[in-house]
Amino acid sequence: MRIDSTVIVSLRALRRNTMRSILTALGIIIGVGAVIAMVSIGNGAKSTVEAQIASLGRNVLLVFSGSFSHGGAHSGAFGAGTLTPDDAEAIGRELPNVAAVSPEVRSGAQVLANGLNWSTSVFGESADYLHIRQWPLSAGAMFTDQDTKAVGKVAIIGQTIVKQLFPDDDPIGQTLRIRNQPFRIIGVLQAKGLSVQGSDQDDVVIIPYTSAMKRVTRQTMLRSINVQASTPDTIDDVQADITALLRQRHRTTEQTDDFTVRNQEEIAAAATATSRTLTLLLAAIAGVSLVVGGIGIMNIMLVSVTERTREIGIRMAVGAHGSDVMLQFLIEAVILSSMGGILGILLGIGSSQLISKWNNWPVLVSSTSVAVAFVFSAAVGVFFGFYPARKAAQLDPIEALRYE
Amino acid sequence: MSAVVQLTDIHKIYDSGEVQVHAVRGISLALQQGEFMAIMGASGSGKSTLMNTLGCLDRPTRGTYLLDRVDVGQLDRNQLADLRNEKLGFVFQGFNLLARTTALENVELPMLYGRNRGTTAQLRDRALHCLNIVGLADRADYFPSQLSGGQQQRVAIARALVNEPQVLLADEPTGNLDSKTSVEVMGVFQQLNDQGITIVMVTHELDIARYCRRNLIMRDGRVVSDLVVSDRLYSPTEMQRILETEAKAKLTGID
Repeated sequence: MRIDSTVIVSLRALRRNTMRSILTALGIIIGVGAVIAMVSIGNGAKSTVEAQIASLGRNVLLVFSGSFSHGGAHSGAFGAGTLTPDDAEAIGRELPNVAAVSPEVRSGAQVLANGLNWSTSVFGESADYLHIRQWPLSAGAMFTDQDTKAVGKVAIIGQTIVKQLFPDDDPIGQTLRIRNQPFRIIGVLQAKGLSVQGSDQDDVVIIPYTSAMKRVTRQTMLRSINVQASTPDTIDDVQADITALLRQRHRTTEQTDDFTVRNQEEIAAAATATSRTLTLLLAAIAGVSLVVGGIGIMNIMLVSVTERTREIGIRMAVGAHGSDVMLQFLIEAVILSSMGGILGILLGIGSSQLISKWNNWPVLVSSTSVAVAFVFSAAVGVFFGFYPARKAAQLDPIEALRYE
Repeated sequence: MSAVVQLTDIHKIYDSGEVQVHAVRGISLALQQGEFMAIMGASGSGKSTLMNTLGCLDRPTRGTYLLDRVDVGQLDRNQLADLRNEKLGFVFQGFNLLARTTALENVELPMLYGRNRGTTAQLRDRALHCLNIVGLADRADYFPSQLSGGQQQRVAIARALVNEPQVLLADEPTGNLDSKTSVEVMGVFQQLNDQGITIVMVTHELDIARYCRRNLIMRDGRVVSDLVVSDRLYSPTEMQRILETEAKAKLTGID
């Protein structure tokens, strides 16, 4: 086989029809470009979700009041409060492998400071909360267990609150009024960005849970309990222990549970599953356009074989084997599709950068997707070029020479 | 000296379903090195079929064909292609050059399918040499569409020569040319033949056949006459005559 000659022959043939070659490759260019862009966007979304899940904290378990397991008379999560501060204390005191516990209450509230006001979320937490969430302060200090015991009027605020209420001056030491009660600001949180659900995690005021229950929500029940297991391996054990302990304390069984224990992996799995589905869906749509591009190549190659029947006849008359002719058309198809693949990769990378710039979406161009797209586009050339090439190779030289 | 081409009782039957067409009915023929033969006959006489057989584009239904002592009937499709590449040169009525491909690249074409291809530079040298033989070395980079009919046919002849074939086969090489250009092309053939190249051509023009050395006339798939040309025409003298006639026509035209 004379591959080098055939490559020359194919290149000459493509050069003779430059415009048509470009238009034929356009299908693949768009297809590959779409695949690269879609997968990059999908990967970007996935990495964002993963970062958000990491922002939940390390080895975290959440205990909600209410039950997911059945509907009917029972309310779902965050329904009627069933968890008490005593439950939280019992978890911390009685269970092994528990590193930290933070009982949580939440309330929406209008907060005032500096002559300005802002509607935000007030979280009542324990002193361990920031440690559980892996959430460092940018200034000041976290309140202590002392403040919690003393029902202290101290507050930690998020960056959004700083922006809204203290645009010009240092908030540390200033007074924040929550439901008309003055709280002294002792710390400012670092920015954390959006949560998995898309809410602004920096739009928050954190105060001791005791103060929140007495002074803000005026409830005796907790919304949830944040628990940190000491190591990743113990998460499952801790989850089982908490369930057992709370069943004992609440006198419930699996059927009548009034609480739910979720660990971070479960939350993460749900979120990544969503983003993986999204990536797959986008890639599938883009893959369809790649197949359409391949059909375009096949169409043009078939037209080309018919149009060049006489050329094929001439080539065979002067000594081309059927395999030479077949190889020529196959190489033409592969050159078209792989050139289309290379241009498509550039287009895909370029357009995903543009999308990220305009929409502020994170994109992640993975080298795997680039390699796969290129190999796939070349394979499209072989697959869709095969039939026309075989048709050309099987022509009878006498018939082909006579073809008008 | 053994014959370059040796046909023995060649039959060709086309089987198109119900009807069997007996295109060639027993032709025996020997061609020696350096012969220049014209095959003539009415359409349907089987001359195209004979030409396809000689050109190894088709195998005879019956009979043996020895080309340069190789039995063509025993070869498969690819071996036939190699034989065409190495031992035969083709010139067609419609020139059959590749469009949008330079004269040089057209002439290089048979070498690309050759067994020993050589370097790109060797290909180019060889193609230029052949273009020089037909007097078109200065048109190497022209496309067929930029060449006259006679020039295109000369490129086709150069292409047929490039692998130094045993036999040059021409199927109505002057069919698409005016009489003056025909004489020019026949001149090229006569020159090549004088250098010892064996040429077989199909034509239906009697005066074109007179440029050859031997005329074979066919009818109904059989040879009816096989004669040596006695009153042979020579291209330079004929060209001279045509030019004189043209000059006279111009003179009378001015009056």
